[in-house]
Amino acid sequence: MSTTTDAPKTRGKAGPGERLADWTDGRLGLYTLAKANMRKIFPDHWSFLLGEICLYSFTILILTGTYLTLFFVPSMAEIEYDGPYVPMQGVMMTEAYASTLDISFEVRGGLLVRQIHHWAALIFVVGLLFHMFRVFFTGAFRKPRELNWLFGWTLLILAIFTGLTGYSLPDDLLSGTGIRFMEGAILATPVIGTYLQMFLFGGEFPGHDIIPRFFVIHVLLLPGIMLGLVAAHLILVVYHKHTQYAGPGKTNTNVVGMPFLPVYMAKAGGFFFLVFGVITAIAATVTINPVWVLGPYRPDQVSTNAQPDWYLGFSEGLVRLMPGWEWVLPGGYTLNLGLMIPLGVFPGMLVLIGLYPFFESWVTKDRREHHIAERPRNSPTRTGFGVAWLTAYVVSLIAGGNDVWAVNFNLSINAITWFCRVGFFVLPVLAFIATRRICLGLQRRDMEKVLHGRETGIIKRLPHGEFVEVHEPLPPERLYTLVAHDQQKPAELGPETDENGVRRKISPLERLRVRISRGYFGEHAQIPKPTAEEYRAITSGEGHH
Amino acid sequence: MAALVVLLLALAATGGLYAAFAPADEAKADDAAQSLAIEEGKRLYDVGCSSCHGAGGQGSSDGPSLVGVGAAAVDFQVGTGRMPMQQPGPQAPDKPAVYTQAEIDQLAAYIASLGPGPAQPNPSAYDPAEGNAAEGGELFRTNCSQCHNFTGQGGALTHGKEAPGLDDVDPRYIYEALLTGPQNMPSFPDSTLPEEQKQDIIAFLQEVNTSESENPGGFTLGGFGPVSEGLFAFTFGIGALIAVTVWVGARTAKARKS
Amino acid sequence: MSSNDNERNDQVLSDDHLPASPEGKSQVAVADDPFADPGLPHHEPRRQDIDERAAKRSERTISLLFTLAMLSTVGFIAVYSTVSVEKIVYIFPFGHVSATNFGLGLTLALALFATGAGAVHWARTLMSDLEVADERHAVEAAPEVRQKVFDDWKQGVAESQWTRRKMVRNTMLGALTLVPLTGVVLLRDLGPLPYSRLRHTAWEEGSLIINEATMQPLRPEDIVVGSLTQAMPEGLDPHAEDFHAEIAKAAVMLVRLEPEDIKDARSAEWGHEGILCYSKICTHIGCPATLYEQQTHHALCPCHQSTFDLADGARVLFGPAGHPLPQLRISVNDEGYLQALGDFEEPPGPSFWERG
Repeated sequence: MSTTTDAPKTRGKAGPGERLADWTDGRLGLYTLAKANMRKIFPDHWSFLLGEICLYSFTILILTGTYLTLFFVPSMAEIEYDGPYVPMQGVMMTEAYASTLDISFEVRGGLLVRQIHHWAALIFVVGLLFHMFRVFFTGAFRKPRELNWLFGWTLLILAIFTGLTGYSLPDDLLSGTGIRFMEGAILATPVIGTYLQMFLFGGEFPGHDIIPRFFVIHVLLLPGIMLGLVAAHLILVVYHKHTQYAGPGKTNTNVVGMPFLPVYMAKAGGFFFLVFGVITAIAATVTINPVWVLGPYRPDQVSTNAQPDWYLGFSEGLVRLMPGWEWVLPGGYTLNLGLMIPLGVFPGMLVLIGLYPFFESWVTKDRREHHIAERPRNSPTRTGFGVAWLTAYVVSLIAGGNDVWAVNFNLSINAITWFCRVGFFVLPVLAFIATRRICLGLQRRDMEKVLHGRETGIIKRLPHGEFVEVHEPLPPERLYTLVAHDQQKPAELGPETDENGVRRKISPLERLRVRISRGYFGEHAQIPKPTAEEYRAITSGEGHH
Repeated sequence: MAALVVLLLALAATGGLYAAFAPADEAKADDAAQSLAIEEGKRLYDVGCSSCHGAGGQGSSDGPSLVGVGAAAVDFQVGTGRMPMQQPGPQAPDKPAVYTQAEIDQLAAYIASLGPGPAQPNPSAYDPAEGNAAEGGELFRTNCSQCHNFTGQGGALTHGKEAPGLDDVDPRYIYEALLTGPQNMPSFPDSTLPEEQKQDIIAFLQEVNTSESENPGGFTLGGFGPVSEGLFAFTFGIGALIAVTVWVGARTAKARKS
Repeated sequence: MSSNDNERNDQVLSDDHLPASPEGKSQVAVADDPFADPGLPHHEPRRQDIDERAAKRSERTISLLFTLAMLSTVGFIAVYSTVSVEKIVYIFPFGHVSATNFGLGLTLALALFATGAGAVHWARTLMSDLEVADERHAVEAAPEVRQKVFDDWKQGVAESQWTRRKMVRNTMLGALTLVPLTGVVLLRDLGPLPYSRLRHTAWEEGSLIINEATMQPLRPEDIVVGSLTQAMPEGLDPHAEDFHAEIAKAAVMLVRLEPEDIKDARSAEWGHEGILCYSKICTHIGCPATLYEQQTHHALCPCHQSTFDLADGARVLFGPAGHPLPQLRISVNDEGYLQALGDFEEPPGPSFWERG
């Protein structure tokens, strides 16, 4: 049976659907839009769906968040709890906390929606990280997508802060400790810290304003900005058309895949329900943030295992890593370096990854558009940087949970902290070196495969007694895929003198660029692709290898 | 407020009267049994404890003096298996008890005879049914959760020491631990945390941290808060979703396997 | 070209594939560029494309999934309307869970998942899986478009007389700079100025020290060696409006050490017979640093593990805190109760710029 679609029906009298479409077209230019997009081609690969996990978690967050606002009371007025949860009866708490208990215990499905909301938030940011590193490791941030990378990066930052403000809203002992941390962090700001603190909290910590203020930031300000950025991000994805992995028939000037209508409409639409279903199943069976056992916030109470949600775990870890440095400047001004340094490194690490595309394009001076997603191994230095960054990130995450690891693995908390203090500087370097070597090894293996074919696992004895493994030449599709990547030449300084023998002025920055470029594309940084001549020599010559 | 003061005074008075007369009565009633228990306890002590705690409980470089720690401390340390300690370490972990309750009582009697200290509590003192869980929760969050976590899941202290998890711990041992402050745990004597409040704390723990406790939301992931939640999102959460992406993104099987 | 693969793969490996023998199917490619793009592979039909029975099976599976979604939704409504929100059920291995959370969650999850799975299965098995290529177009505009835009821009600027009438330009820039200031000014009433609020607490000379557990004033004999007592100043009412703001600065912990264990002479002097009263608000970011180890005399903060030696003036031993916990000077009043001898000598809680 053929897969060709039926020929369009001859146009008779317009039905109501068509009439509605005509009406809309007359006002919105629907047909022009649909012509360009209805059969838009999207390439198929699981890793291209990571961004959709984020998009759908975000949608779920907005749906469930809206529901929660119907019941949540963002107020810090103190009341006595008289609801059904016995261990809190008679306890003084804010209305914010009490209404969260009501959502959990008195609204049918309220607990479920709360848990979906919180799980979706955690998974949203996990998805962002995975999506971001898919884009990073495949070089999909290169021209023309640098701005879209920045949009996505900004979304990550906003997601972290939306998460932080949401985590704070129930005003339980855990989230209140988080707000206390914020207060301390703001107070550590030189010169204006105390003023900022008084203005944000409407007086001394904790005051009565911070929850209502965070509520507005959490439900209106940040999600509003994010919604706009998500729209821009998606419009740019459609405008640039998706990247694709190298393969037969896939070039830098086309995009190969299946059309939006019907395949991607069904796949992407279906995927929304799948994501929603998986998160709901988790929320139905796994507790998240059981505020009822945490108790209401009081500044003189605390619990061990007091951590922020995971996406701030690395900043928490950076703070836990810090030695206790504090300077008192002449004149009696205090610098709380134990907070200022980690809270400077935290945005610093994010900025480092956010600006990476511009760094790389400065190094390569590559002005071409790139639509083929690279394999991470084919850009060993970039992949090395990415893994090094992730290593520093993970070390800080580990430091952020040092008390939980200590108690679960019977380790000394001080030993874990010291390990992370050293590891934060040493492990990324080791990871960089190791990753680069692994990438080069994989490139070498690819070259072997291209030149000598696939190992079949069949051993054959030659007439003179030698045993050899039978190698099977790769099919042309595989051959093409393995050699399709682009290999840049390292930048060169050029002659020291110009044609008149006058010394050329070369800026130190340019010298640096050339050095870095050599690190990216020099002879120790990539394995030259096999050439057609080499291939012919081997496949036509004697078969020893 | 006045009622509270009266109540506390009454409590203090009862406690004092009990301390003053109850042991004396007992001693009168079975003086002989008591001295026999002390003797037996000394024998057990000399065999099992004196190598670290020294002859006569005077302490040595390997173990602290036991003079004045009281019977409650012995009941807790030996009853939860923390003593005798198997090997040196940052702290003595709990393990199955080595001695029978009868032997523990004899040991306790011997240690109590070395100097005055908190006695083994009366069962009514730690009956969770007598306590108020809500007030216990507040007391727990002020005095206990900083080390033992919100619901008593345990937490880390310095240099490998830890505050152990309190799940399904016998109320008697919780009471004795509060009273005596075993190892690095500070004590909460009746003068600062009266018996009634210890009961409240026990009632709270019974409510939130036993195998019968409710966990309305589902699996608690150990009750360690955002770390275990984050770990779950990072492993199972994204893992399940990536499995789905692989299914959505994969090619459908072709009719002819190439 | 690609039809070659299938043939080759169908063959049993023979001597032809020995490395020694260059004879092979790749000869075609070797002839010109071996690495040339072979073009989009030939489209292979799926079973559903050629076998109507297989397609029917898919159709039934998809419909079953959608039906399951509908049934699950009915189940969701049934759970919602019949199960009490307070009902707790034991479900292995989840524990004593809320019946509504579990029931509503799983029915909703199934309804959603089945809907999605139906749609995806439809796309994967019945919709065409023919891969097609779309051309890309350069993002950059053609040079003539670029030139046109620049020309338009210049014309627009010239027509506005922006460069000629400098006064207009400068005053407008001035206005645009100043007008937003109104928004900044409006933020002034977000909160009060700090003044010296962070320096003072509710402690004053003669304040009794109230045990938080009993809400009674403490006496020295209440506090035994090895114990830990959480306390606050007399006069704080937990129901009062400003209680949290006050306790956030004034919360203290009392410990008692054997006098010979106290290493810091000033600290011993500020205490009473070995009873030391420290601010429990960590000097790093303000968590209560009350993880007191009675044998080592260390107090640990659970937030970032700053460790203070309470036997040595709360000196910082580990972690990011920059200075010791402030100590409150205490003594005993005429009635035998512990009392403060004044406020803290230095601001308690996290450091701030003006702290000094």
